[in-house]
Amino acid sequence: MVSGKRIFSDFKVFSRGYLRNKFGLFFGLIFPVILILIFGAIFSGNNTGTIDVYAQNQDTGAFGQNLGDRFLSALNESTTLRVITVNASENFPDYLAAHSASDGILIPQNFSANYILGQPVNLTVYGNPTSSTSGIVSGTVNGYANYFNLQRFNGTMIIGLTSATVNTQQTKYIDFLIPGLIGFSILTSPMFSLVNISSEYKKTKLFKQLSLTPLTKMEWLTSKVLWYIVLTIAGFLLMVGVGIFAFGAHVTLTPWLIPFLVLGPMLFAALGMLVGTVTKNPETAGVIGNIVTFPMMFLAGTFFPISIMPTYLQTVAHGLPLFYIIEGLNNVMVYNNITGAIIDLVVVAVITVVIFALAVKLFKWRED
Amino acid sequence: MLPIEVVSLKKCYGDIRAVDDISFTVKQGEVFGLLGPNGAGKTTTIEILEGLRAKDEGQVKVLGLDPWKDGYELHKKIGVIPQEFTFFEKITPKEAIQYYADLFKVKVDPDAILKEVLLEDSAKVYFDSLSGGQKQKTGLALSLVNSPELLFLDEPTTGLDPNARRAIWEVIRGLKAKGKTIILTTHYLDEAQQLSDRVAIMNHGKIVAMGTSEEIIKQHGSGERLEIHGTEKLANYIKENTELQVDYNRSRGEIVIPLKQKIDALAALAAAEQSGMDWGEIQTRQDSLDDVFVKLVSYGVNEQGEIIGDNEVKPAVSKRRR
Repeated sequence: MVSGKRIFSDFKVFSRGYLRNKFGLFFGLIFPVILILIFGAIFSGNNTGTIDVYAQNQDTGAFGQNLGDRFLSALNESTTLRVITVNASENFPDYLAAHSASDGILIPQNFSANYILGQPVNLTVYGNPTSSTSGIVSGTVNGYANYFNLQRFNGTMIIGLTSATVNTQQTKYIDFLIPGLIGFSILTSPMFSLVNISSEYKKTKLFKQLSLTPLTKMEWLTSKVLWYIVLTIAGFLLMVGVGIFAFGAHVTLTPWLIPFLVLGPMLFAALGMLVGTVTKNPETAGVIGNIVTFPMMFLAGTFFPISIMPTYLQTVAHGLPLFYIIEGLNNVMVYNNITGAIIDLVVVAVITVVIFALAVKLFKWRED
Repeated sequence: MLPIEVVSLKKCYGDIRAVDDISFTVKQGEVFGLLGPNGAGKTTTIEILEGLRAKDEGQVKVLGLDPWKDGYELHKKIGVIPQEFTFFEKITPKEAIQYYADLFKVKVDPDAILKEVLLEDSAKVYFDSLSGGQKQKTGLALSLVNSPELLFLDEPTTGLDPNARRAIWEVIRGLKAKGKTIILTTHYLDEAQQLSDRVAIMNHGKIVAMGTSEEIIKQHGSGERLEIHGTEKLANYIKENTELQVDYNRSRGEIVIPLKQKIDALAALAAAEQSGMDWGEIQTRQDSLDDVFVKLVSYGVNEQGEIIGDNEVKPAVSKRRR
């Protein structure tokens, strides 16, 4: 029979031991806050989003006009690019290389003349295939070239663009980062800890020692889960607090978050327990634990949205339990999409029940 | 009802017979020592008795219960220190006692238990900062929390320094004086002799001798003998000039003469003197439990309980490092 008193006694001893161990405390509470501070600082700075691009205008002009200058001015007035002019006497490709520049625009000598006479003329856009900015530069230049083409033949712009954000409020990177990092700490703290504890206790025969007391394995596991729920909620409050006060994050806090903060630690504590149980020694348990944890840590949408990943990796992500926790937290905290969150919650609940039941069944105090 | 009854117990790990058909009983208030070299099957036996391991065959009753099936009930009545006792790193002995008291739902005075195991001074030291002896004492303290009638101590002093060992012995003697029944496994013979009322010597999964130390020595020991430090020539001289059985141990340069009666020693010494040859130290000796143990585990016994093979213990071969 499960005894609340025994669960509480074990909880008291385990939590006290955890708090007395500086490593546990660091990784459980301080590390996620450091992550928020670092990532928040990197991505929530004063970056206006404009891309610096070097441009060389070799256009000599025609009929008293230099259209190359006009073209570059138009680009510079866009919110996307900031044009840095390079003297026409420089060797442009060498100049770009010497300045480690990813992007460059070259306007040819006969640009104005050909434009006015209606002859084809090409702009050269230098880019770096590994840089995320090159596509933006190319697209922007292309857009302005089309606009100039239309003007040349007195065309009229029919389709224009107005910018708007997806949500009703301005959403920043930090707003997505907070649910991601909460997911990160829901995964790592219970998982690493239980993999380690369950394999070490087996090796040092501490489980046997505990099996000689009235404490049952169910009570033991429950007290661990309870502790990691407490730790997760504490980490959650810390991370949200830092996100709001240090970076002005906008996240919605509703009771819908609670099931994720309860089921998440339960799921990963049980998964850690399972890994520690089915492996022979702490070394193997550590390796298997890492194999399970690390892909999940990066592929489940912790640090960046899975939409930027190739399709096959997105499919993989959908097979990871952490994905549904992070998606659920995002649905509640960022998108206010409760229907989506409920679907995530159901998936998480089913996985949790299965893993927890497996862990309790396979985990043995004694040996046959 | 005897606290422990074991009949024809067997346990195999694959092809290895860890426990091979052993039977014994332990009486109320007795300290029963289970002796044997590493791998003899002591820990497997004791773990089966504690309900931590399932048996393959045989009958086992501990306090009238089947340890495997009724383990949960049994554990409320027994105290156990497993081999190399370990516990949570950041817990003090006092807190650990309170934790166990909460789990067993009993009221205890942690200070009284700490005093009983001579650990008052380290009551508030974290477990990972305790010495080996203090850790074992913590284990002993925890095994006493539920006031058990029966205690299992699995190699309680292995790896401890002589002072720490003696301190643990003091605690065990105190428990014995209180009338507790104790099963003690050890590979230290002095420990078994000091603490146990009866011992069973295990080897290769079998009990090869059982009884009080004196009984085992009497049954398996070689009796009193005279040892004279001298040459093989002298040994032959004594043999030829007396009615005595004379053996010679070349490696030790010792003439060994089993004494049927004490007066035989005089006849042997008279012959030695008469030979005119040089001879050195003389002494009379009897096998100790140590000698018997080494013989039993090195040579084994036949079905009559007699030691099979040469009764002379060969010296260990040692390699010198260059």
